[in-house]
Amino acid sequence: MSNNNSIIKIEHLSKSFGDKVVLNDINLEIKRGEFITFLGPSGCGKTTLLRLLAGFLRADEGTITMDGKDISDMPPHLRPLNTVFQRYALFPHLDVYDNIAFGLKLNKVPSDEIEKRVRKALKMVSMTDYEDRDVNSLSGGQQQRVAIARAIVNRPKVLLLDEPLAALDLKMRKDMQMELKEMHKTLGITFIYVTHDQEEALTLSDTIVVMSEGNIQQIGTPTDIYNEPTNSFVADFIGESNILNGMMIKDCEVSFIGHTFECVDKGFGEHTEVDVVVRPEDIYIIAQTDNAKFTGKVTSCIFKGVHYEMFVETDNGYELMIQDYNPFEVGSTVGMFIKPSDIHVMRKERTCNTFDGTMLSPTSVEMLGAEFECRDCGLQAGDKVRVRIDFDKVDLLDDQEDGTLTGEVHFILYKGDHYHLTIKTDAGDDIYVDTNDIWDKCDLVGIAIAPDNMRITKRI
Amino acid sequence: MNGLLKFSTKRSNWAIPYFIFLLIFVVLPLVLIVVYAFKDNSGNFSLQNFVKFVSQPEAINTFIYSIGVALITTMLCILFGYPAAYILSNRSLNRSQITVVLFILPMWINILVRTLATVALFDFMRIPLGEGALIFGMVYNFLPFMIYPIYNTMQKMDYSLIEAAEDLGAKPSKVFWKVVMPLSMPGVMSGIMMVFMPTISTFAIAELLTMNNVKLFGTTIQENINNGMWNYGAALSLIMLIIIGATSLFSDSSEAASDNEGGLI
Repeated sequence: MSNNNSIIKIEHLSKSFGDKVVLNDINLEIKRGEFITFLGPSGCGKTTLLRLLAGFLRADEGTITMDGKDISDMPPHLRPLNTVFQRYALFPHLDVYDNIAFGLKLNKVPSDEIEKRVRKALKMVSMTDYEDRDVNSLSGGQQQRVAIARAIVNRPKVLLLDEPLAALDLKMRKDMQMELKEMHKTLGITFIYVTHDQEEALTLSDTIVVMSEGNIQQIGTPTDIYNEPTNSFVADFIGESNILNGMMIKDCEVSFIGHTFECVDKGFGEHTEVDVVVRPEDIYIIAQTDNAKFTGKVTSCIFKGVHYEMFVETDNGYELMIQDYNPFEVGSTVGMFIKPSDIHVMRKERTCNTFDGTMLSPTSVEMLGAEFECRDCGLQAGDKVRVRIDFDKVDLLDDQEDGTLTGEVHFILYKGDHYHLTIKTDAGDDIYVDTNDIWDKCDLVGIAIAPDNMRITKRI
Repeated sequence: MNGLLKFSTKRSNWAIPYFIFLLIFVVLPLVLIVVYAFKDNSGNFSLQNFVKFVSQPEAINTFIYSIGVALITTMLCILFGYPAAYILSNRSLNRSQITVVLFILPMWINILVRTLATVALFDFMRIPLGEGALIFGMVYNFLPFMIYPIYNTMQKMDYSLIEAAEDLGAKPSKVFWKVVMPLSMPGVMSGIMMVFMPTISTFAIAELLTMNNVKLFGTTIQENINNGMWNYGAALSLIMLIIIGATSLFSDSSEAASDNEGGLI
């Protein structure tokens, strides 16, 4: 089966726990020998995906193919892959040597070969001479090394790593990252890595799979993901970024924060609403204002070690994050410009809320599991309708009782001069809201929509 | 007044009542047993009581018989209790806490009441009382003490260890023998202590369930003391104490080897 270079193929994989959909129709191909990382915030389904690959869980739907063989229903002990667990999961009743030899003994490998391979694995993780140690006497980092040795000693085709460095301190984590990368090169096997740490993912991976809420958001190399995020979620999750509303005027010309910029993106059409991403290190900041593209006032300046992180309020009221090696005094007026190649334009996923509903009477509509008042626009009860509401026309209320329905703030995106919120209603629908008010994630809110702000059309 | 306040607020002084309690009810009786055991009837120091025990085949036989009964009871308790604890702690086999409570429920009832009820039940079903009934009664009475500590260790077991074993190629039976079994040993050890030690010295169950036909070591001690032979009774008690002490030492050392805390003790 070496006619193609993919080792694992995941097709239409879905998994729910009760009512909660954890993975939703995942399709993914993993190349032989690559270092692939599943990256996402907690609860995005990355660990579930890894556990499905290891065989600890069974998928509700879909198949996992490895080397052309369907392994979806294969129990874990028959799968040719090994796992490094987040909390190491070393056997406390066995010493280091027996922990590492566990898999080899089960496979009836002759004892002299076991000894050779265990020693080699220990050498690989720089733990020579630790054979007889009790695993409980080892430090976290050492336990993690033993856990890695225990997995690689079996020569799996694929190594699964479930946030293996999450429990280590920063310095140790950095060292282990380098060692893992080195190990991946030496072993030449496929590494599938799960983490919520975007920096770790960028450092280690050949390919990153960005996940959110059970869906794959983007698959790409670290540079792709960083420089060309496909949507605002990825842009926000990977690194720091300024995400702004913009308008594509024509090819290679985009307007945002009240100015028109040259850019390198094409094919969005003319006068199309878009999201614009500018990384904070890509905005050049200078003391002179004469030949700057636009100007603003520094509102804060914090030393971050290598660079200074500044917030600048532009003359037309947008707030931008800027990173520069030189500090600028708070309150000072500065000039800024952005290179065309540093402006990244993304198609907007949506430009307004769209819900399907049913008219209950000429002046009320049922949607999102609640009844809303609306203006009479000549429709009859029972008509199937589509309702469109602009992001800034949804009212959020502190008191849940005051709203027509209630929801929870699920995701917050700062867009330079306002917040773009995703509100998850109790029924599980998403409502997108633009607001200047500050809300926190997980705030419970009441949602109201004024009758005049609904644009209702009949569904055909 | 100030001194009293100081005395009563000092943390370590709070232990004094317990210390006195221990002294009166544990240390003093132990000392008395040792002193009595090494004295003859007229109060002179002698080894006469131990010589009597060694030279009397009847006492030694009862002693060996008691240990035998205790061993069989313990074995049977492990045999029935281990699978029960395994099933109770296994998520896929048992999801409710109620079953656990049901297994522990007999512990809430006084041991004498339970035994008397067993006697009545045996009478009703016309099953003759005797050795079989004795073993049944012992196992029935002490089974919860075996199940609970094992259940406890199994419940606390890190599930990722089982997954790790599977991941490394262990089929379910291997997972059990190589991981679950060794990791549940501290629980088994606690269970043995909870069952073996009290069964050596029981006499009520033996008296009731065998109509006094089978004599256990506990009964012998009780008879001797009832008949005013304090010194001999004390010597027998001391021998039993040493045996029990030996078992606890044995299980202590095996427990120290593992960090996984056992059940009730």
